Amino acid sequence: MINLFLHPRAPYPDEISETASHVHEVAASTGDTMLLNPMMLGFYLLVLGSFIGFELITKVPPTLHTPLMSGSNAISGISIVGALLAMVLPPGSDLAKWLALSAVMLATINVVGGFMVTDRMLQMFNRKGK
Amino acid sequence: MDNIINFGYLIAITFFVMGIKKLGRVKTAKQGNTLAAWGMFFAVVLTVVNMDIVTWDQVIGFAFVGAAIGIYASRTVAMTGMPQLVALFNGFGGLASALVAVSYFFQNFSNPASAIVDLGGSGSMIVVFITILIGAVTLTGSYIAFAKLDGRMNGSPIVFKGQHFLNAVIFVLILGFIIMTSSGSYPVDSTNLYIFIGLTLILGIAITIPIGGADMPVVIALLNSYSGMAASAAGFILLMDGNIGGTILIVSGALVGASGLILTNIMCVAMNRSLFSVMLGGFGQEGGTASAGGEQIQYKPVGSEESAMIFEAAEKVVIVPGYGMAVAQAQHNVRELMEELEKKGVNVQFAIHPVAGRMPGHMNVLLAEANVPYEKLIEMDDINPQFPETDVVLVIGANDVVNPGAQTDPNSPIAGMPVLEVWKSKTVIVNKRGRGVGYAGIENELFGKDNTLMLFGDGKQMIIELTNELKEL
Repeated sequence: MINLFLHPRAPYPDEISETASHVHEVAASTGDTMLLNPMMLGFYLLVLGSFIGFELITKVPPTLHTPLMSGSNAISGISIVGALLAMVLPPGSDLAKWLALSAVMLATINVVGGFMVTDRMLQMFNRKGK
Repeated sequence: MDNIINFGYLIAITFFVMGIKKLGRVKTAKQGNTLAAWGMFFAVVLTVVNMDIVTWDQVIGFAFVGAAIGIYASRTVAMTGMPQLVALFNGFGGLASALVAVSYFFQNFSNPASAIVDLGGSGSMIVVFITILIGAVTLTGSYIAFAKLDGRMNGSPIVFKGQHFLNAVIFVLILGFIIMTSSGSYPVDSTNLYIFIGLTLILGIAITIPIGGADMPVVIALLNSYSGMAASAAGFILLMDGNIGGTILIVSGALVGASGLILTNIMCVAMNRSLFSVMLGGFGQEGGTASAGGEQIQYKPVGSEESAMIFEAAEKVVIVPGYGMAVAQAQHNVRELMEELEKKGVNVQFAIHPVAGRMPGHMNVLLAEANVPYEKLIEMDDINPQFPETDVVLVIGANDVVNPGAQTDPNSPIAGMPVLEVWKSKTVIVNKRGRGVGYAGIENELFGKDNTLMLFGDGKQMIIELTNELKEL
């Protein structure tokens, strides 16, 4: 069993000690429960995700290189999720909020623009198939 | 609730994977893009549903502005401007990831306890800085690429003495900063953060300016990969902050990062150059002087009328488009020429070099826009054996990709680069704007060959003239 996410958000500083002890408690009380370090989980995802990416892209015809690039570029706009989640953090700094809001806007440009322009390109590719 | 969200993210990731898979085949590509877009929509909705934000109006407002800009840009961009747009979008993606990192930094910094709260050791600080590094390099690197592609900046490489040393110093400083701060031996306040951001922004500029126009396909593919890596890095921040949303960022970013690297590799192989040598840049600087010592090439100019007659007598014609066709925006006129030739019973095909143009697949997009069926676009390896039985090859604004020197002259800067062997055909007609050298800055002995004729003039203008002459025959 992997007991990973003890908190849906970052604990506030005054919660830290409590958090730490909680972690230990969980680990101790369950005994056989393994606590996977989040960074380790991240590496698992990164490495396996990269392998999937490599496998998917090999053998793509050159005709599709540009749409593939702009389409995958739109997917990299997934940082919009990160930007949104950064908005939920405890209100501490106005600067942090505005930065997150700007990130929401930029990522939206990336996502919306990327998918739409890819669609426009692929429309042209399909057109003369008929 | 958390389990539902987690499961939802997994579904969104599945959509991305299937979307990218379908994007790899012509028949399913459009469907794949739509699928990926739905995955993104799903991921955003899930995130929003699970959040309790006070400032909804602001989030919606900013997202609305972003969507409007995205829609406008994607609708209005000309297909010839596609490399610039892709570069620009890359930059926005990288900046978004970097801003998420900086926002997290200040969020935690504003607390008296200062350092980032983490469950995973000092790692949190490292991932914040690494995200800023990748994001900032993507941003300024993409902007320089955009400026070069858009003609706002000279496309030729900018090199100076001690450049590599300077870049190395910047890189070492950045690395040292990350190591010292995350090990706790160096205090992190906002001043230090700004210095770090400044250094990473400069690094992005420094590594992109020495790269010349002809190497742009590599750079664009690489920056695409970086924007994915930046998203992955931002995912690590979320994850270490105890937020499950990080998983989808890491996986999606890894997919994009890996696919970008594969494209980068394909482009490098097509130029017979290592990624390392592209990144070092300055390509073509020494090349111009190296081959200038050779004998003067004698051109045999030809007019559009005579060209038309040669075309009419042909049975098999191969058209080789290059960046010059994109610059002249001649793709529609090229299609008209193709139709006119086909009316006269001539078999017309297009030979596409992998690095023709300024981004991977550039020529394919332009010709698709002009309604040229993609079955007519033949890859280099398939078309090369066909040149001996080809009557006429028309080269439009391509130079280095048809340079026989790559095979015959071991001292040529492009020696060993796979090229289209157009000189093996019966006649080659080369349309060129002027008598200048190609982007690699080297003489092209193709232009002096016995069976080569030079059709000087603006690409669009000459193709129109050629088509009209053909109609009159």
